Amino acid sequence: MSDTEKFRTEVRAWLDKNCPEEMRDGDITAENQCWGGRLWEFQSEAQKIWFERALSKGYTVPIWPKEYGGAGLSAEEAKILDEERQAINARKPLNNFGISMLGPALLAYGTDEQKAQHLTGIARGEIRWCQGYSEPGAGSDLAALKTKCEDKGDHWLINGQKIWTSNADISDWIFCLVRTDFDAPKHQGITFILFDMATAGISVKPIVLISGHSPFCETFLDNVKVPKSYGDNNASVVGEINRGWDVAKNLLVHERGMLGTMSPLRGTTGPENLGKFAAEKIGLDATGRLDDPALRQNIVQAELDNWAYNLTVERMTDEANAGNGLGAKSSMLKYAASELTKRGTELRMEIEGTTAAIIGEDGIEYGSLANNWLYNRAYSILGGTTEVQFNIISKRVLGLPSQ
Amino acid sequence: MLLILNEEQEMLQDAARGFLAEKAPVAAFRKIRDSKPADGFCRELWLEMAQMGWAGIIVEEEHGGSGFGYVGAGVLAEQMGRNLTASPFFSTSVLGATAIQQFGTEKQKEENLAAISSGESLFALAVDEGPRHNPGRITFSAEPSGNGFTLSGAKTFVADGHVADRLIIAARTSGEEGDTHGITLFLVDADAPEIVRERTPMVDSRNAANIVVDGLEVTGDAILGELDGGYGALEGILSAGRAVLSAEMSGSAQQVFGVTTDYLKEREQFGQKIGSFQGLQHRAAHLATEIEMMKSAVLKSLKDLDADFDNAGMTCSLAKAKTGQVAQLATKEAIQMHGGIGVTDEYDVGLYFKRVHVAQQMFGDAGFHSDRWARNSGF
Ligand SMILES: Cc1cc2nc3c(=O)[nH]c(=O)nc-3n(C[C@H](O)[C@H](O)[C@H](O)COP(=O)(O)OP(=O)(O)OC[C@H]3O[C@@H](n4cnc5c(N)ncnc54)[C@H](O)[C@@H]3O)c2cc1C
Ligand SMILES: Cc1cc2nc3c(=O)[nH]c(=O)nc-3n(C[C@H](O)[C@H](O)[C@H](O)COP(=O)(O)OP(=O)(O)OC[C@H]3O[C@@H](n4cnc5c(N)ncnc54)[C@H](O)[C@@H]3O)c2cc1C
Repeated sequence: MSDTEKFRTEVRAWLDKNCPEEMRDGDITAENQCWGGRLWEFQSEAQKIWFERALSKGYTVPIWPKEYGGAGLSAEEAKILDEERQAINARKPLNNFGISMLGPALLAYGTDEQKAQHLTGIARGEIRWCQGYSEPGAGSDLAALKTKCEDKGDHWLINGQKIWTSNADISDWIFCLVRTDFDAPKHQGITFILFDMATAGISVKPIVLISGHSPFCETFLDNVKVPKSYGDNNASVVGEINRGWDVAKNLLVHERGMLGTMSPLRGTTGPENLGKFAAEKIGLDATGRLDDPALRQNIVQAELDNWAYNLTVERMTDEANAGNGLGAKSSMLKYAASELTKRGTELRMEIEGTTAAIIGEDGIEYGSLANNWLYNRAYSILGGTTEVQFNIISKRVLGLPSQ
Repeated sequence: MLLILNEEQEMLQDAARGFLAEKAPVAAFRKIRDSKPADGFCRELWLEMAQMGWAGIIVEEEHGGSGFGYVGAGVLAEQMGRNLTASPFFSTSVLGATAIQQFGTEKQKEENLAAISSGESLFALAVDEGPRHNPGRITFSAEPSGNGFTLSGAKTFVADGHVADRLIIAARTSGEEGDTHGITLFLVDADAPEIVRERTPMVDSRNAANIVVDGLEVTGDAILGELDGGYGALEGILSAGRAVLSAEMSGSAQQVFGVTTDYLKEREQFGQKIGSFQGLQHRAAHLATEIEMMKSAVLKSLKDLDADFDNAGMTCSLAKAKTGQVAQLATKEAIQMHGGIGVTDEYDVGLYFKRVHVAQQMFGDAGFHSDRWARNSGF
């Protein structure tokens, strides 16, 4: 038996023994994920057990080095772990912005002390992070941000406003972009800084979305004093002062990679099961075809595109592991994933017809199809709009000229 | 299974890239189109390809082939698609070799596989009888007579039909039009006097023929695979054909897209490179993403054929559907983004547009394969 086959056998046995039955529901949505953090309460005993067992194996962050709480797996081993996890429809034991965004950026840019503190906290599910990038005047044009950060000797003084900060109200720490030089060209005066959301001067206000719900906040930063250092060589700033744009971009590539490989397409709202679902709801005609030819065609097309997309995630991941990473191609996955995600719930709404448009007396229920359908409109906006992904693909992948 | 090429396959790709660019580039195809040779391709070049192991690319080594499997065949087809290389590769090395290697008797293998691999013998597969692909609807008849059969009927759009030495004909030995049971494959010599072959020039300038057979007597030895149970074999051959055609279309689409982005980088209008206009950039970015999806679908179908031939049918179908759509979009956009020059005969993109149209019609267009997928999935 080769080493990889041996690893697969071991992983399969481990998952079989350790993943509770309740965590094998395959329906992986934002609502039933384990997010961790100081305010986190497990939704069930099974979720807690699953998290703790995975943690003890380093499987909350399988490819991170063991010293930071990972399992130190190779890319190939991680793929096997993921395949075997998906084969039994198991949820991820822990899922948050720290794992998918900040972690990789810290691995690339952090000092040993920063890594030791923050990566370990993420791996152990102790600290939940939020992303302080966007501002009212700096969305797609992120580098236009104006939140001001002044050097006050032993601390930084921060003033400004962030917007769209997902889950700011329930997060422990923030990774934030601030301006440390207003005179430099806009990309060269930005600094990447980390601070505790419990620091005095921070207030958050929820933003209600068209779905009626609000995991998002406006974040106001009013004379926030951030210590320069959280211990020896553990600065609040990651990378160099005024050179935070490099860190920010690195993180965005990971964010888009994560968004582009996310699983909303695989759950029950995804296109994969739409045909069967529609056949049950609508019925078949005498020749065995779905009794709504136009809808049938749209479903087939979505399933076909979804299939090709999933293969592309697999191929690009294999290519990235064999070469130099995903790079700007993550924008292709991000774009494709957001369009498919939207189409999935749009079609589901069509299949269910008016039934799906009925909401309860208390409004749109969180986690309902209507809620997901409305929320999914945001996929092609958050993490950079589709148009911005197109700009990136044109310039970074295709090398087309600028105006 | 990793969804990338291994080292050997990459070397094959490099070799094919270099060889075709030198010996069979688009200019060579253009010459064939304009000089209209009877064969429709260059025999010497085909023998040279055979010497490099291309004609027997999927044929196992014990039968004189190079044993590269379908991923290998796809690697070659993609490069041929990039260069619009004219050759009997598809009809002979993919369809013919698949039919014999997968479904032939030991004797049939011995008689044919080495001859395919050496480039000596050309094959063609005769399936369709109407303008649109429909392998279930076969009326071509094979009546029992003596200790054999009498074949009669007509076939359309047989790739390389007029130059093939041997024909594989899907005929009906029992049942009604539309039944999948009752279809049998026959392997016959193409130059029998009862066979009339008429070349039908196509818009892509490739070889195709109508074939009329009138009372051809064959023995039971001519059967390839099972009597009455040939449909399964036919599906297998078609799957291989669909996957490799998809690889060819993928090559054409990638090539045309590369030419287009180059043009966007150099052509100036309104005092700027046209590639700086967002109206074109966003369409190019969309197309680039679709091309990545297409490449994954193609590679998956080829890998599935190599890993589990009998169960690869649905992935080959999906690959053909996706590739048909994307390759058509790529060639249409190529013409549009080139402006006026794109619709001139002198410029190459039109050749790709025509070839992709025909290739995507062949063995089922996107609509055919979408329908097949939906039925297979129970809706
Ligand atoms: C649900 C949700 C969650 C989010 N979570 C976070 C978070 O946690 N942290 C965070 O920092 N941010 C977050 N965001 C913010 C998100 O990154 C921004 O909304 C996004 O980058 C778009 O910016 P904007 O909303 O200001 O739109 P704008 O930039 O004003 O864009 C308006 C329109 O103009 C188009 N446009 C803009 N510039 C160009 C251009 N150059 N070319 C072509 N078209 C262009 C856009 O594509 C869009 O269609 C979130 C957003 C949403 C909706
Ligand atoms: C069949 C035919 C007949 C014709 N007949 C005549 C005739 O009788 N008389 C005559 O004078 N001309 C004629 N023309 C020329 C025709 O008007 C031009 O071909 C047309 O204006 C496009 O110019 P172009 O070919 O130089 O393409 P380009 O201008 O080079 O365009 C190339 C691509 O860039 C795009 N593009 C260019 N500028 C922009 C922009 N600012 N924003 C976004 N995209 C842009 C175009 O849409 C196109 O996709 C004819 C052309 C053809 C093909």
